[in-house]
Amino acid sequence: MKAGSKLERMLESGNFTVTGEIGPPKSCNGEIVRHHAKMLKGYCESYNLTDNQTAIVRLSSIGAGKILLEEDCEPNIQIVCRDRNRIAIQSDVLGAAALGMKNILCLSGDHQKFGNHPTSKNVYDVDSIQLIKILDGMRNGYFANGEQMKDEPPKIFIGCAANPFADPFEFRVTRLEKKADAGADFTQTQCVLDMERFDRWMELVRARGLHKRIKILAGITPMKSVKAAKYMNKYVAGMMVSQEYIDRLDKAEDVKAEGVNIACEQIEHLKKMEGIAGVHIMAIAWEEIVPEICKRTGLDPRPEV
Amino acid sequence: MIIAERKPIEEILGLLSRHQKVLVLGCGGCVTVCLAGGEKEVGILSSQLAMARSKEERPLEVVQQTVERQCDFEYLEGIRHIVKDVDAILSLACGIGIQTCAEAFPDKIVWPGVNTKFLGVNLNVGEWAERCQACGQCVLDKTGGICPVARCSKSIFNGPCGGSQDGKCEVSPDTDCAWALIHDRLTRLGEVDSLREIMPVKDWSYSRDGGPRKLVREDLELESGK
Repeated sequence: MKAGSKLERMLESGNFTVTGEIGPPKSCNGEIVRHHAKMLKGYCESYNLTDNQTAIVRLSSIGAGKILLEEDCEPNIQIVCRDRNRIAIQSDVLGAAALGMKNILCLSGDHQKFGNHPTSKNVYDVDSIQLIKILDGMRNGYFANGEQMKDEPPKIFIGCAANPFADPFEFRVTRLEKKADAGADFTQTQCVLDMERFDRWMELVRARGLHKRIKILAGITPMKSVKAAKYMNKYVAGMMVSQEYIDRLDKAEDVKAEGVNIACEQIEHLKKMEGIAGVHIMAIAWEEIVPEICKRTGLDPRPEV
Repeated sequence: MIIAERKPIEEILGLLSRHQKVLVLGCGGCVTVCLAGGEKEVGILSSQLAMARSKEERPLEVVQQTVERQCDFEYLEGIRHIVKDVDAILSLACGIGIQTCAEAFPDKIVWPGVNTKFLGVNLNVGEWAERCQACGQCVLDKTGGICPVARCSKSIFNGPCGGSQDGKCEVSPDTDCAWALIHDRLTRLGEVDSLREIMPVKDWSYSRDGGPRKLVREDLELESGK
């Protein structure tokens, strides 16, 4: 065990694992985080706390993580490379570990152009793969400069993202391999809204035996509207929504119900897929739907580990 | 080449509002090539300024001059006699030329007439693109001659990030993804496997992060007998 988090234990046990996501609010109102934690408690092994997602200023992921711990929910702290240099990031890692947070997810971060402070300066002192390597060094007792820690190293279970829907397609597998080489223990993929492409990507992953080196959780996002699905497909870089799903939502009388149907079917499909260790359910601004999805797919109740 | 763009005329008029006599000083280097501050632009801007001010009935006397290179103290010596008689200098050189001017003429106000944009290349008529950020430690040997520091929106070293699609950057459909270009070029050269290696964290101390930079070459100092 690297950190002994519930997420790590569940993945190691071989059970189909479930992670969720909570987007902290644009305010210091921690009750919003607490409300979502209470709503989702028991349905997932751990909950990602986004780090100023889409470059919009929000309650910090570590701050939100503390609230989750108070609610007996396990946080997965996201850290993006956009806003902090290696000094600040390592300091935050130590702080998170001191508060009892064990899972950290390393990301490049959305460019600040998309956020609410587009005139800000970005940092990118290190990139996401270098960040994984730094965290791996830290848990082995070394700072990024090679200096040995004089005290107990932080226990961290290291996560990363993988995007099978970005380009160049074949290189997305190499990039995941680099993340595994850097020391990542698990990966959560971009929301799978094109299963055919995801299947092809997983074939390449398996061909390289990567699924044996890194635990793969497939991203699930239930779609709420046809408009949003079309928008994501057309305008969001690194996202793809298959025409089949768009057509199904288009024809459905109850679009939201159809969105949930699709998500449940996807989970059933993924459960049978070799190399898939679980799912990462991202229902931002629709958190209340997560329990229903988990119940319908038999992912609730969660096994004890 | 250093790419610059002339500041809007309104902004320049604002900078010069309290002066009666100014020197509009062009540069024969990069800003001449990128059509922002050469002799021709000095001429055009000077007429525009004089016309605008005469309309306001507050005439502005404009002296025009363009030197070989404003970033060289040597060339600025030759205009000392002109500088003496003006209230201020409006420099159309890049940020380096403007500062050299300010250093050469410590008692004279020097205004910037251009915005220095980047180190880049001329792609088409009227189109320039960034190519180098002078980070101080070149990595082009590892990236197929395409710079991730200057051309990747996130300056990452192990790209492309998840925002790369159809060869374009998440920032804009008009921006090529540098890492897609690197990947494609190394594939063409049969060297794409080199990208499987993790590029280590960069030593930014060679860049601006190490503080303002200075280069001293002792071999040249010795040669010149200083």
